[in-house]
Amino acid sequence: MTSFWVYFAAKPLWWIIITIATFLFTSWLNRRVGGTPLLHPVLVALTLIIILLRLTGTDYETYFEGAQFIHFLLGPATVALAIPLYDHFERVKKMLVPLLIACACGATVASLSVIAVAWMLGASQETLLSLAPKSVTSPIAIGIAEKIGGYPSLAAGLVLITGAIGCLAAPPIFRWLKIEDDAVKGFTLGLSSHGFGTAFAFEFSTLAGAFAGLAMGLTGLLTAFIVPVLVRLLGLG
Amino acid sequence: MLMGLLVLLLCQLLGEWLVLATGLPVPGPVMGMVMMLVGLIGLRKVPEMIRTPAEGLLRHLALLFVPAGVGLTVHAELIAAEWLVILTALVVSTVVTIIVTALILKRLTRNLKLDAGEAKHD
Repeated sequence: MTSFWVYFAAKPLWWIIITIATFLFTSWLNRRVGGTPLLHPVLVALTLIIILLRLTGTDYETYFEGAQFIHFLLGPATVALAIPLYDHFERVKKMLVPLLIACACGATVASLSVIAVAWMLGASQETLLSLAPKSVTSPIAIGIAEKIGGYPSLAAGLVLITGAIGCLAAPPIFRWLKIEDDAVKGFTLGLSSHGFGTAFAFEFSTLAGAFAGLAMGLTGLLTAFIVPVLVRLLGLG
Repeated sequence: MLMGLLVLLLCQLLGEWLVLATGLPVPGPVMGMVMMLVGLIGLRKVPEMIRTPAEGLLRHLALLFVPAGVGLTVHAELIAAEWLVILTALVVSTVVTIIVTALILKRLTRNLKLDAGEAKHD
């Protein structure tokens, strides 16, 4: 039995199958519990896989030998974000100035505030640099973290946790600030919570969803330019 | 489908190459996204052969995060040591970001007519 396990665990194919199967299961599970962001399929899937790696004594390098084929698709998927961005191009043109201002302010506040709070609480430099791109959709955040010297895998995980926090925090904040416009709600969700926020915004309305998708793309783009500059200005890089 | 995938990969390659050549502080695929957007604006439409693979990839975007996310296991010690700092920073920052963004956008779009009727779902 042990030799059987060792043989299969060494094959990249095995970890691709585990990754996809676990994700399908956690997606099903999430639908069953009503789609709460606390049990987001990605968060649950990576917890289960980490437990499996621990139980079988497999190191991350071995897992990644198989999983890299899935990871690789993040590149073309980032390029593909241009398509929804183009679909909403007419709306973007109409509201270009307010959206750009809100996005630039929001993206700057997102990175600056997380760096500031973590720095005040005494976080290490690697943590600071991995936290900086936390509001950005994962494929872009991974790229930014690689670029500025954070840990890409830590950044990716923190992005996912941020997404869940944003979806939990946004509805009470919207009530408190009396935000009623779905475009504003959607854009805010997409900016602060990327893909999680976008999926969540579609539950308000399709208008909110469209603006969330737009905010996700714009924020990713802007943050990719802002964070490296910010890091250099703060003397962290 | 295959042709569209090739176009996406070529855009990524072009992006990576541009970043290398110019030393811009952006990830290559992000530059690729800009290239793609410029191309689409030039074409004035999204060709079906690009839309099909692009929407396929984006529909399963969440799955693509899993391999990198599992990498958290490598940072178990760092997370064990700093989890409270990380969680506090994330919660505070996310709440502040939501408040700032929502208020600014509410203010700036107060006089704009938002025609909710033409909302698209895709």
